[in-house]
Amino acid sequence: MTPRLVLLDSGGANLGSVQAAFKRLGIDAPVTSDWNAIRDATHVVLPGVGAADACMTRLRENGLDRLIPRLTQPLIGICVGMQLLFDRSEESDTECLGLLRGEVRLLKSSPGVRVPHMGWNRLEGVPGAAHPLMNGLDREAVYFVHSYAAATSSDTIAATTHGLPFSAMVAKGSVMGAQFHPERSSAAGARLLSNFLSLE
Amino acid sequence: MLSRRIIPCLDVRDGEVVKGVRFRDHVAMGRIEDLALRYRDEGADELVFYDITASPEGRSVDRAWVERVARLIDIPFCVAGGIRSVEEARAVLWAGADKISVNSPALERPALVGELARAFGVQCVVVGIDSLLDVDSEWRVRQYSGDPEKTRALSRRTLDWVIEVQDLGAGEIVLNCMGSDGARTGYDVPQLKAVRKVCRVPLVASGGAGCAGDFAAVFKEADADAALAASVFHSGALPIPNLKKYLREEQIEVRDVA
Repeated sequence: MTPRLVLLDSGGANLGSVQAAFKRLGIDAPVTSDWNAIRDATHVVLPGVGAADACMTRLRENGLDRLIPRLTQPLIGICVGMQLLFDRSEESDTECLGLLRGEVRLLKSSPGVRVPHMGWNRLEGVPGAAHPLMNGLDREAVYFVHSYAAATSSDTIAATTHGLPFSAMVAKGSVMGAQFHPERSSAAGARLLSNFLSLE
Repeated sequence: MLSRRIIPCLDVRDGEVVKGVRFRDHVAMGRIEDLALRYRDEGADELVFYDITASPEGRSVDRAWVERVARLIDIPFCVAGGIRSVEEARAVLWAGADKISVNSPALERPALVGELARAFGVQCVVVGIDSLLDVDSEWRVRQYSGDPEKTRALSRRTLDWVIEVQDLGAGEIVLNCMGSDGARTGYDVPQLKAVRKVCRVPLVASGGAGCAGDFAAVFKEADADAALAASVFHSGALPIPNLKKYLREEQIEVRDVA
């Protein structure tokens, strides 16, 4: 069955690139905040560009903050979208969706470790936490650009190290997240999106 | 570990990629889309497009090609050229650019950097700095360098400007060393080392790349996060796969080319 995918309207500017990445896989990815369209989708993406508080404000305005916790189909948050899945973000002290336990914090800079974390870095699969989303992605380099991140936890399925390790990918039931940008991560990014679409 | 990035720079004029020597005498290099795809396939880590005539002509970047590139490639890219306001930046980001870079307009009105950072986050705000060593041995900033007729020497010291733009909200700095630009005699390592000391955000070296050893030097000696180059890539003199193979042999972390 062809997946019916929707991108949730979180107010981000740069959704055209995410849509194009799905298009390369032959999948349309309309942006919507319509509850019926979202309920009818087989796969849901929560993108996020910009600041966490601006994205949460948008989700409260269009009511998606109440719908997202009720969704049962595979849901993936991308970049700030992943950060919104947690309890809180240190960025402007923002209360988030609370689907995953923990707080998103500012990355610590140190000599040789610059913030924002910008560029290609490797996914390190968590031993014993093999997840279908990670198929073919262990040790692959993907593109990051962010200043905030969630620490590793029992929901982490891939870590990445920038000074300290942080959660590059998380999964808890049908709720998943990727801190990097699959639409800008070349073949590895396409692999992640295709892995996501193959989840039922 | 974070890889060092290799960034081909595509100077855009009237919808074509051009390249000049020491910022002058531009010659056509090819179509934007063709070069973007070629570098993506060769393993470039990121692309930068400079609309080199936008700022001197007082107009913003043409969005149509930004949109075409955004849909075509699956690596990040940054767009520069006459972005003077949050609204103009938003249009370029909505067209699909991952980052925007400001240079002359930030010198006209430094508050622009902070406005962009608040609107879009520091991670998509790049500040480009054109810098030249003056006769009194100080590096100083140049403005409107896209057009030699309009290029202006400012009294602003490069190191002061690097510190100021970070405080304002720059998430990355591209230091274009004009003294070495296009000459293929190597990056200006002394200047980049001096800037690195006061730069806590990612630093992109620009100007002077001529051979693979120049890249190794700028990563090892100046600790640059990324190295940008144009003519050495456009001419085919240094294929990116060969460059990355060399850098790996030099124990420098780079992204594997498939």
